[in-house]
Amino acid sequence: MSGAAERIRSDWRSVGERWRRAPKWMRWAVLAAVVLFFYALPNKEFYQYLGPIPTTGSNFGQVLFTVSIYVLLAVGLNIVVGFAGLLDLGYFGFFAVGAYTVAVLTSPSSDLKTHWPWLAVVPLAVALTMISGISLGTPTLRLRGDYLAIVTLGFAEMIRIAATSSTFLKGQRGFNQIPHPPGEYADGKPVFGVLDARPYYWLVLTLIILVVFGVRNLTRSRVGRAWVSIREDEDAAQLMGVPTFKFKLWAFAAGAAIGGLAGALYAGKVNFVNSQNFELLNSIIILAAVILGGSGNIVGAIVGGGLVAYLIERFRGIELFGWELYEFRFLFFGVVLVVMMIFRPEGLIPNRRRAAEFKDRRKEVSVGG
Amino acid sequence: MLLEIEDVSLLYGRIQALHGISLTVDEGEIVALIGANGAGKSTTMRAISGIRPVATGRIRFAGQDITKMRPDLRVRLGLCQAPEGRGIFPGMSVLENLDMGAYTRRDRAGVAADLARVLELFPRLAERAKQPGGTLSGGEQQMLAVGRALMSRPKLLLLDEPSMGLAPMLIQQIFSIITEINQQGTTILLVEQNAQQALARAHRAYVLETGRIVKSGIGAELLHDPAVKEAYLGVA
Repeated sequence: MSGAAERIRSDWRSVGERWRRAPKWMRWAVLAAVVLFFYALPNKEFYQYLGPIPTTGSNFGQVLFTVSIYVLLAVGLNIVVGFAGLLDLGYFGFFAVGAYTVAVLTSPSSDLKTHWPWLAVVPLAVALTMISGISLGTPTLRLRGDYLAIVTLGFAEMIRIAATSSTFLKGQRGFNQIPHPPGEYADGKPVFGVLDARPYYWLVLTLIILVVFGVRNLTRSRVGRAWVSIREDEDAAQLMGVPTFKFKLWAFAAGAAIGGLAGALYAGKVNFVNSQNFELLNSIIILAAVILGGSGNIVGAIVGGGLVAYLIERFRGIELFGWELYEFRFLFFGVVLVVMMIFRPEGLIPNRRRAAEFKDRRKEVSVGG
Repeated sequence: MLLEIEDVSLLYGRIQALHGISLTVDEGEIVALIGANGAGKSTTMRAISGIRPVATGRIRFAGQDITKMRPDLRVRLGLCQAPEGRGIFPGMSVLENLDMGAYTRRDRAGVAADLARVLELFPRLAERAKQPGGTLSGGEQQMLAVGRALMSRPKLLLLDEPSMGLAPMLIQQIFSIITEINQQGTTILLVEQNAQQALARAHRAYVLETGRIVKSGIGAELLHDPAVKEAYLGVA
């Protein structure tokens, strides 16, 4: 590796060191400032001073909502891929299950005609995705590595194809008039309307914060230790008495539940769900986002998910030599991924342990070759 | 009888790795299992710890049939294996690795006492307490694997090639530690390619050849057995 790359790497490490050594109040203050920044971000009064950050081609509030959904998904997938080390290529399938549960039970175009309110269906959607996670995981989590990846890939495709071809799930025609989340302002106008995306963004942002606190506590418990041990060496974990299958299933279920929550939120915002929303590419993008950010690290997943979703949207409306950059967004994405894998395979903000694991593996490769 | 294996066979796909193995380990013993590469030593260990399911036969531990028991439940019964080679958690620090050894235990005072004991047995680990396991040398990783297994306070400690890839001086050291652990009251089943050391230290030993036990007896006697000498000790 070149000297420059090494220098950048050690600079980054010293930033991390300083952060961990900083007094607690300072860390909380920085955290509060960051949270405040993101709550303020969708307001024009605020973002007009931020230069090139707001998107030009589309409504910035809308973009932020999309970004926040991706961040939530990245946080959820990070549990599965980052903490437990299970390669899940079909994570977006759980998002679809969440969105379709809401659609089927609330939309007037559904055959069930239940017309339930959005809020009542959300816990149900989360529970149902969790169950679908467990029922997918029970037979497949006995598999390892590549096999698991293929089965999860198949799962996401099954959901998508079922949505496309089953009459119950309406295919391309989809479900419309899915109700919005409840709530009214004093003047009787709904909080969650059609035009203003900001309330949705704030809702998702709040949920992200709650989920992150939950996940953080989980990773510092016995559950978290078990996940890390499974990721580092599944055989050794088993030999130390960790019920590996049970904990893998838990990671899968927790990740699925968060994916389902994201799907329910999405359905409540766009009020239209059809089979075209759930392309395989989305699963890949989220996985790439987690790896890009630094899998195994919650902050890494947030940054990865946010950055990827934001940059894709940022390209919209920018022209270069007569080419619309948005058309090439995945080309850039691919180039960035390749460059990252060469210079920083552990991700932008890696987990300390994860970095050590990578070093260990590199050593193994160089010894072997 | 602490451990009793009766007529155990094991398959890797269509390849039969073990052909009806029977062996016993008594409380307080060091029993060695020696044999060449690919004889099925590590496979036997995997069958005992439950990482691989057996095809036929029975395994009894401390009076209980554990043939079909999940590996993590076997650990709770007091059966713990130090895996061969690099079987430590590379990203966890030495202390975190040792802590994982005590994963099944809830008695904090006992765990703390055992941690002190392990660090006393392996002073090198105390020196490197905060270092990630993956950055240790081969010998240190080996010690960490043994120490981590001890943290579960096993009745029976399974050691898979504890001397693999170590310098001669370190081999001596690790075998004297094994003897010491045994004298402190832990029964040990040891798999080794280094037959010389293993037979010298073990009370009893079994010789494994292509998935079958071909010889068994007192460790010191096997050491002088002409056939064993020729095959495993490199003496004609």
